[in-house]
Amino acid sequence: MAVPLPLPPPGPQFVLRGTQSAVNALHFGGGAQAQGRQLLFSGSQSGLVHIWSLQTRRTVATLDGHGGQSVTWLQMLPQSHQLLSQGRDLRLCLWDLAEGRNAIVDSVCLESVAFCRSSVLAEGQARWLLALPGKGSDEVQILEMPSKTSVCTLKPEADAKPGMPMCLGLWQAESSPRPLLLAGYEDGSVALWDVWERKVCSRVSCHEEPVMGLDFDSQKARGVSGSAGKALAVWSLNGQQALQVCSTHQLTNPGISDITVRPDRKILATAGWDHRIRVFHWRTMKPLAVLAFHSASVHCVAFATNGLLAAGSKDQRISIWSLYQRT
Amino acid sequence: MDPALSVVRLTVREAIHTLSSSEDCGLILSTLRFLKRYLGETEDPALPEEQEEFATVHFSAFLRCLVIKLSPVWLELSPDGQLEELWDSFFLKGPADQAFLVLMEALESTAGPSFCLMKMAQLLANFLSQRRMAALMEEQCRPQKKPGFTLLQETLLNKVVGLPDHLGNRLQQDNLALFFPQNYFPLLGEEVVRVLQGIVDALRGGLDCSVSFMSRVLGKICIQGRQKEILDVLVPQLTVLTQGSCLWQRVCWRLMEQVPDRTMEAVLIGLVEATPGPEVLSRLLGNLVVKSKKAQFVMTQKLLFLQYQHTTPMLQSLLGYLAMDSQRRPLLIQALKELLETWGSSSAVRHAPVTQQHYLSAAILICLAHLREPELRDSQDELLASMMAGVKCHLDSSLPTVRRLGMIVAEIISSQIHPEGPPLKFQYEDDELSRELLALAIPGTSDSSTVLAGGSAPAPTASETLAKTMDDGVESANGSDPQVGPQGSDSDLDSDDEFIPYDMSGDIELKSNKAPLYVRDCMEVLTSSEDMERWEAALRALEGLVYRSPEATREVSVELAKVLLHLEERTCVSGFEGLRQRALVAVIVMDPARVAEYLTSQFYALNYSLRQRLDILDVLTLSAQELSRPGHLKRPTQQVSCGSGAPVLATSQADCTGVSGWRTVVEERIRSKTRRFSKQGFPRRELASSPSEFNSVAGYFFFPLIQHFDRPLVTFDLLGDDQLVLGRLTHTLAALMYLAINTTVAVSMGKALLEFVWVLRFHVDIYVRRGLLSAVSSILLSVPAERLLGDLSDELLEARSWLADVAEKDVDEDCREQAVRALLLLERLKDRLLPLSH
Repeated sequence: MAVPLPLPPPGPQFVLRGTQSAVNALHFGGGAQAQGRQLLFSGSQSGLVHIWSLQTRRTVATLDGHGGQSVTWLQMLPQSHQLLSQGRDLRLCLWDLAEGRNAIVDSVCLESVAFCRSSVLAEGQARWLLALPGKGSDEVQILEMPSKTSVCTLKPEADAKPGMPMCLGLWQAESSPRPLLLAGYEDGSVALWDVWERKVCSRVSCHEEPVMGLDFDSQKARGVSGSAGKALAVWSLNGQQALQVCSTHQLTNPGISDITVRPDRKILATAGWDHRIRVFHWRTMKPLAVLAFHSASVHCVAFATNGLLAAGSKDQRISIWSLYQRT
Repeated sequence: MDPALSVVRLTVREAIHTLSSSEDCGLILSTLRFLKRYLGETEDPALPEEQEEFATVHFSAFLRCLVIKLSPVWLELSPDGQLEELWDSFFLKGPADQAFLVLMEALESTAGPSFCLMKMAQLLANFLSQRRMAALMEEQCRPQKKPGFTLLQETLLNKVVGLPDHLGNRLQQDNLALFFPQNYFPLLGEEVVRVLQGIVDALRGGLDCSVSFMSRVLGKICIQGRQKEILDVLVPQLTVLTQGSCLWQRVCWRLMEQVPDRTMEAVLIGLVEATPGPEVLSRLLGNLVVKSKKAQFVMTQKLLFLQYQHTTPMLQSLLGYLAMDSQRRPLLIQALKELLETWGSSSAVRHAPVTQQHYLSAAILICLAHLREPELRDSQDELLASMMAGVKCHLDSSLPTVRRLGMIVAEIISSQIHPEGPPLKFQYEDDELSRELLALAIPGTSDSSTVLAGGSAPAPTASETLAKTMDDGVESANGSDPQVGPQGSDSDLDSDDEFIPYDMSGDIELKSNKAPLYVRDCMEVLTSSEDMERWEAALRALEGLVYRSPEATREVSVELAKVLLHLEERTCVSGFEGLRQRALVAVIVMDPARVAEYLTSQFYALNYSLRQRLDILDVLTLSAQELSRPGHLKRPTQQVSCGSGAPVLATSQADCTGVSGWRTVVEERIRSKTRRFSKQGFPRRELASSPSEFNSVAGYFFFPLIQHFDRPLVTFDLLGDDQLVLGRLTHTLAALMYLAINTTVAVSMGKALLEFVWVLRFHVDIYVRRGLLSAVSSILLSVPAERLLGDLSDELLEARSWLADVAEKDVDEDCREQAVRALLLLERLKDRLLPLSH
């Protein structure tokens, strides 16, 4: 087997500096509604949301709506100019960014002080679902937006004791309109909730440490989760909506803070506490690259629709990478 | 008197008379033809007793007469060449020994380049190519009864072996290729085989034969240094012939036994060299070593102890030969004992060249590979005692190679003598030398092919495991695939080709980052912290911190040096030594005078381990090197200019870069428009010149080190046991001297160093002597020539005679070479100074 010498890992395509505090959340704004300009939103420890233009590599605007408290999650609503931001000030703000505006049009009060990031299910409808940590420490609340009516509260059975929810993923199978929720819990388990029936379809324990991030590929019915421990777990969903662990992948250093599969479902990236971004092949989980650029733990990774990878780190930098792009 | 014999005499006398007087071609031809009857081989040969009489009594005289007659005119008497043919035939058909002797005698006496000389040389060449030499030698192997035959044999022997010399001298430029030694001796080898074949046949036929003449020929050839030529022909043939035949083997053994003692050594060495392995050697020699004292001496003493230029395969043949027969095995054990005794003698270790020690070690290992434990049991104690002594003096040596030899041999001896005991295990680098030696020790392998097989045996297992793990990897990858397959939509069966992994070697475990940010913090952590991760991080960060903050370092430099010097490896930190060393070097570079003063004073202080003293020497050398490097100043000056807040300096530096910017542009233009004829395609880049920082501080490094070497402490005696440190000290001083080139103190340093060298010049340790020699070279390089001559001329003269002595007599090759180098430097110095004095 003549294996050519592996190439050294590439450097970042460029680096965005200037948030002046740790970057906690990243989200790519779609190209279409931004008049061809691709935008990157970043939420920082200091409570600011920066909007970066990837053409000029400068901030376009800065949104200050969380009273100096850390921004933990950012999400753009599809087909609109609205951005959701979750902050540690226990508020979820909805921003209107259309035509250069940057005003809060609505906000939801969170009842939990946990670090759990929310999740949104919106398929271009006027109404959309929002999953967010609920009042009780182990609860997840589902709201229907924009009316803010509570759909249900998902509370685990009394004897389960999974701890706090750590990460959420709302999704919908293509075949059925039932919204489903994947939730990673503090005890290292991942549970699949049927939102309408308010019950756990399946639960699988895949980590020994709290689940810190998960992502799900609804086409392949496979998901991946990372935890505070030294392993990634890949699990899948069978026809009976039962979760089962396919494989686990050991990492060199413990701690994953975020995990994302690229929209084309070819590769996935993890944000590591060990300052490194790891890239895996999604189908085989073959490790592809270890990107060492940051000098502090990486908090979040995000993929753009065109495949660009962004990673935000505690070292206040956002690195942009172009890996395995189809030319 | 027998009438027939007198008839022969009459005929011969008549013929000689006819030949000398007659010019008649027909008469001469008929006379010769008539005489030819006595040689047989004609239609009506003479009676056997007549032939015998002719051959023994008259042949030589007749041949001499023929030789006298030889001239172009005389041969022209018969135009068709009949006469010439007849003339030749007497030499080629008659008794070979007489013909040969007469020919040689005639060649000796014939004057200068002439027709006759060439004719006879040609005839001799014919004689050789018609295999007459075999006939000659075979004749000598028959039982002899003639009186005076010993004298004849002696003469023959000299002539046969000395033929190339004789002819070379006679024929000078016109010598024939056949008579060159490289052609003649192989031919002689062929003849010897032929003669031996004849002897074997004769013995089969029940005839009595002696090979002593052959042995003498062989011996004489070998002692003349032509063993390679003849044995390269002889040995392969004998190897084949002795394969299945006892008779051949006996003849061979006899041949070797009969070799005169005087020439035994040459023959045996040549033979051991030429034989491919111990089996062949054993077939050719038999139990010669048991029968012949001389052979025993050569094989068990001379080849093992007195010579060391032979190759390892040769040693393997030799010792394998000793091991192959039960009669010879005691000799092998004896040899092993003596080898170990030599190996364990401290004087041998100190004075023998390294190559010889390597040779001895290899011999010991080969012996051990042949001997079994039961055989060794009797002499176990003796061997063990020699081994222990040997290990001690090998490990005491300051040469790494010698130490390594000691370790390897000791490991193997102990495992052989005490297989059941706990194995002795040393740590040494796995390199060419150790692998070669370890391969020798694999028991039961005597020839190279099995050694090779043994060496390659682990390789397949390794590759197997590799393949296995790779298969496992593939399996696990496949194992996940089938689970995915049915579920995932396989529409996007992307090939893995586009996802080539990048190099992931950088993916190592992350150490928690607790590195201190200030030099003082670092120092505190290193001295008092119990948190090992923090301690390690501090150690790793220290060098960078020191370079980044010169001011802070200078405040605590000596303390920091003290901490680092006493620092012990508390946890298993990879590269601890290097980290500590680099940090120390950084501290010295930042504050050379004070730290160097401190370290040099500590070098001679009580209560330090050898390791620490060696470390002091190392860091002093490294930091001196750093300080004297031309570009070194750049980094600190930038720091200083920033720190002292001198904007003028900073701007001027900025200007400098601007200036160099346009300069490069201009240079680029010039280069693009200039054609150069010199070899160097581009102008040499000028290094930015800057003063050597070492200039002002060289004394702090050098003089404290050189002053106290002769004052022994309780724990530290440079001139006694601690000669390793002394060796390192001499090397360090040499390095400091070399680095002090172009400094003002170089002259006084050179003077002090020369005195130091003079005191230690007869030191027994090779490593120390090497250091001294390099010190002399450094002095010659660093001290300006005029000052050398002015201030140090006496010392130089003394050094020169010492160098000449070393270059000639030192046991160590490296020492000799270094001495020659230093002498060459001295010569060059002289050349440089002579034009000045004119």
